[in-house]
Amino acid sequence: MQNPYLPYPVRIDEIITETEDKNLKTFKFVFLDPEDEGKFAYKAGQFAELSVTGKGEIPIGIASSPTEKGFVKFTVNKVGLVSTYLHAMKVGDIMGLRGPLGNSYPWDIMEGKNVVIIGGGFAFTTLRSSIVYMLDPANRSKFKDINVIYGARSPGMLLYRDELATWERRDDIHMHITVDAANDPGWKYNVGFVPTITEQKAPEAGDDTYAIICGPPIMIKFTQPVLDKMGYAHDHIIMSLENRMKCGIGMCGRCNVGKEFVCKDGPVFTLAQLTTMPKEY
Amino acid sequence: MSGYQDKIKEAATRLLKEGSVDMVIGFRKGTLPMMNEPCFIRRPEDVHQLVWDSNCGINLANYLTDRKEKIAVVAKGCDSRNIVTHIIENKIKREKLHIIGVPCQGMVDKRKVTSLFGDGIQDVTEDGDTLKIKLPGSEKSLKKADVLQENCATCIHRNPVLFDELVGELVKEQTDVDRYADVNRVEAMSHQEKWRYFEDLLAPCIRCYACRNACPLCYCPTCFVDESRPQWVGKSQDPIDIRTFHFLRAYHCAGRCTDCGACERACPVGIKVRQFTSKLNKDALEMFGWEAGMTLDERPPLDTYKPNDPNDFIK
Amino acid sequence: MKVLTIDKKEWAAGIKKAKSSYQVFGPVKEKEWHCFKALGKDEQPDMTYANTRLSPKFLVQPQTEPMFTYTLDESRPDHHILKEVEKDAGPKAVIGIRPCDAAAFLLVKRNFDAPQYQDPYWLKAYSAMTFVGFACNDPCSTCFCTSAGCGPFHEAGLDVLLVDTGDRFLAKNLTDKGKAFLAAAGWKAQADDAGKIDALKQAAESRIGSRVSTDKLKAKETTQIYDAPFWEDTAFSCINCGTCTYSCPTCWCFDIQDENRGNSGVRLRNWDSCMFPLFTMHGTGHNPRGAKMQRVRQRFMHKLKYYVDKYDNGIQCVGCGRCIRLCPVNIDIRKVCNQMNDYDPAACVCPA
Repeated sequence: MQNPYLPYPVRIDEIITETEDKNLKTFKFVFLDPEDEGKFAYKAGQFAELSVTGKGEIPIGIASSPTEKGFVKFTVNKVGLVSTYLHAMKVGDIMGLRGPLGNSYPWDIMEGKNVVIIGGGFAFTTLRSSIVYMLDPANRSKFKDINVIYGARSPGMLLYRDELATWERRDDIHMHITVDAANDPGWKYNVGFVPTITEQKAPEAGDDTYAIICGPPIMIKFTQPVLDKMGYAHDHIIMSLENRMKCGIGMCGRCNVGKEFVCKDGPVFTLAQLTTMPKEY
Repeated sequence: MSGYQDKIKEAATRLLKEGSVDMVIGFRKGTLPMMNEPCFIRRPEDVHQLVWDSNCGINLANYLTDRKEKIAVVAKGCDSRNIVTHIIENKIKREKLHIIGVPCQGMVDKRKVTSLFGDGIQDVTEDGDTLKIKLPGSEKSLKKADVLQENCATCIHRNPVLFDELVGELVKEQTDVDRYADVNRVEAMSHQEKWRYFEDLLAPCIRCYACRNACPLCYCPTCFVDESRPQWVGKSQDPIDIRTFHFLRAYHCAGRCTDCGACERACPVGIKVRQFTSKLNKDALEMFGWEAGMTLDERPPLDTYKPNDPNDFIK
Repeated sequence: MKVLTIDKKEWAAGIKKAKSSYQVFGPVKEKEWHCFKALGKDEQPDMTYANTRLSPKFLVQPQTEPMFTYTLDESRPDHHILKEVEKDAGPKAVIGIRPCDAAAFLLVKRNFDAPQYQDPYWLKAYSAMTFVGFACNDPCSTCFCTSAGCGPFHEAGLDVLLVDTGDRFLAKNLTDKGKAFLAAAGWKAQADDAGKIDALKQAAESRIGSRVSTDKLKAKETTQIYDAPFWEDTAFSCINCGTCTYSCPTCWCFDIQDENRGNSGVRLRNWDSCMFPLFTMHGTGHNPRGAKMQRVRQRFMHKLKYYVDKYDNGIQCVGCGRCIRLCPVNIDIRKVCNQMNDYDPAACVCPA
C-alpha cells in the first residue's frame, strides 16, 4: 500500500524574496528522484504539503504551472513555526513535498470559455499557475478572453512583478493590476480596491464566462456582491478556500466545512456549492 | 440544603424581572443520576429549570471569565473564593456580578457511590443527610457524609466569602479536619516510592485537559501546552510530557487554588489531580500564611514581595 | 455460520492455547474500571465486565503513533529524508469486544479507506485484528445502540459473536478469520441450541431503554440546523475538554507533529479533538471555530449530520454511551440528537 503521508524528497533550488516587507518568498524545488516529478503531475489550482523535516508540514498552493518542467514553485508567507523556519532555509537544503493535493480549478468546464481571474494579496499563487497554464502555446487556443484583476496593498506587495509586466505587454490577455495606494509616483496602473476595479473592468456575465476568485476573506466579502450585481451566476463563480490542514488527504478531520474536506473535496468550490455549506471558513 | 433550591429560584426570578442582571448562571437537572448541568437563564419563565442539591460540585466561577453581561451566579464557599481570585486577576469586575451565596455542606462524589453499587443505579434522591439509591428491584440508603468529595470532607471554608445575598443560614465551619493528610503521606515516602506513586497516579492520563478546562483558574487564551514557538511540552503520550503538563499546571495554580475539586471531578479516568495542587496549597499556607480567595484586599504572595518572604533557598 | 458451544470450564484453556497463534487482548479490571490490555501468559479476559471506560479504538489507532523517523545530521547521506517506521503486523485477537465498539471500527474505516487515499497505518493494524465479540445480555442504562445503527447482538465488524448462556458461551462464527481463531483456541463442539441466541437477542434489545430519533436528519438542510437557536444553550456548559472525543469509538481525528531529540527525530501522530481551540487555528490567527459554541456545534453536526450526508449510512455514533457517562458537565448526545432531528425552523422555537 502506498503511504500517502510519505513526502517526495526535494532540494531547494532557488529562493526569491517577492515582497518589500520580505514576508513572502518563492521557493523553487527540484525532486531528488527525477521519477517523482512524473508522479507529482498536477493541475493548476492544486496545492501540496511542504514537509520541513523536524518542524512539520504546511499546505501551500502550487505557484508553478504544469507546463513548467523540471521544478515546482511555491510562494510562502511567513506566519508561523514552519514557514518561519522555511524562510530561513538555504538553497541546497533538503526537505519534502507531498502531493499534488486537492481538486484543481475546473479546467474541463472552462475550456472554450472566457475566464476572469480575480486575485488579492498573496492568494495569487495558484492564479499564477492558472495564467501560465492558459498562456502556454499548447493551451491558449482552448480559452477565449482572459481578464486578470489583481490587487495588493501597495506596488511592493505585488507578487511576480516581472511576470505581471510581461503579461501586460501581451495582446492575448487583459491585465488590470491595481493597488490600494500607490507610493510610487511612476505607478502606471490602477489605484483602487479589487472590488472597485472588478466592477469597472470585469467583462459582462454570461454562460460562457467563468470567474475564479482567490484572496483574503475581506476581499472576497466585498467582491462577491459586485459579481452578483453584474449577473454572474453562482455556479460560474469559482473560489479557492483555505483552512488549517495537517494530513491534506481527508483523514485527520480538521479542515472540514460541513461535510466537505477543504483538502480533498476542495479547496476549489463554486459559489453555488459554498452557499449550501455552513459559513465556517 | 433542601430549601436552597426554592430560594435560588426566587432570587433568579426577582433579579431577572427587575432587570438587574442579564443572565443567571446555575444548574439544571442532568440526564444521569447524581449529575447536574451548568446552564444559563435569561428569562424569568425559564427559572423553573434551576436546581440545587448535593450534585452541584462543578465550579460555576469557571463560566465567568471575560463575560460582558451582568451576571447572577450561584456560588458555594469555594466558588466564591474563585470569584475573588477572578476579581483580583481582572477577569471580571465586581460590579458585573450578583453573587447568590450558598452555605455548602459538601458535594457527593458520584464515583464513590457507583463503586458501592455498580452501574445499575437508576436514581439518587436526597433526604436531609441521607441519600436514597434506587437500584433495579431495591432501594438502599447511604449517609451523605460517607460519600462526600474528598475536598469537601476536609473543607474549612464552606460559607461564601463574598456574596450579595445568601440562600440560607451560614453553616458551622469544620474545625477538626486534616486537610493535608494525603500530602503528608506522600511527603513521608522515600524518593523511589514517590517516583512510583506519581508514575502510577498519572498512568491513565489521556491528555483530555478536562482538569485544566474545569478549573476556573485556567483561563489563559493560549495554554502553555498549546504554544508552538517554542513548544514547551510535547502532545504525545510520552510520560515525561504527561508529567510536565500536570506539574506545570499545578505550579500555575500555586497560591491561587481553592481546592474546589472541579479538576478531580472532571477527570474521566479518575486521576486524583488534587494531589499536586494540595501540596502547593500547603506550601502557600506554610511559607506565606496564605489561602487563596479569602479577601479582595490582599494580593496573592506570588504577586507581591514582602521583606519577610522565605528565602532560605538563596544560598 | 457455524455455532459452537464452549463450556466455561474449557474457556481459559482455549484462550491460553490461542495465545500461541495470536497476541491476545481482552478486558482487564484496572482499579474501578475495565480496559483492554494485551493479556500476559496467564492472564484471562474478564468476561463479567459491562464495557471498558475508554473505547478499544486505541488498539487500531494508538493515541500516539510514530509514522516516520529521520536524522537531521547532515553528514549522513539520508539526512532530512523520512523513513517509514516498521510496525508489528502479527495477528492479534481482541476477545470480548462489544458489538457497538466493533461496529464503530466499520464507521471509522470509511474515513481511512477512501477511494482516493488509504491510510496504511490504520488499515494494516485493522486487518491484523480478529474480533471475538461478546453480545450484551444486560445493556447499560446509557446504551442506545439499537437506534444508532447497531445493537447488543449486532454482528457487523465481528469475526465471532460470543453469547453468554450462563454455564457456557455460544460462539457464532461469522468469518474465515473467526474460523481460524476458533480452531487456534481448540474449540470444536457444535452447539445444538443455537436458537437460544435469537431469544437472548430479543430480550437484550427490549432492555434497551434509551433511544434517539434520527429519521429526519438526512432530509434536513445543513445550513438550517447549523443556524438553529438551540446551540447557544446546548454549548454553554461545555468546557471544551477532549473527554467525549477521546472516549468515543467513532472519533478518529488526529494531529501530526515532528518531535526532535538531538540530531534525530520522529514524525508522529496523536489523537486530536475538535473540542480544542487550536484544532482549526490558522497561522494568521484567524480561527473559523474560535468560539466554544462553534466547536460544540461542529461535534454534533459532524456526528449526526455531515457524516449522514457524506456516507448515507446512518449517524457516526454507535450508542455506546461513553460520552454521556464521562462528560464532566453532562452534555447528552441523545438530547442533542433529538433536538437536531426535531428542529423545525418554521415552528415557534422556544429556548430549551
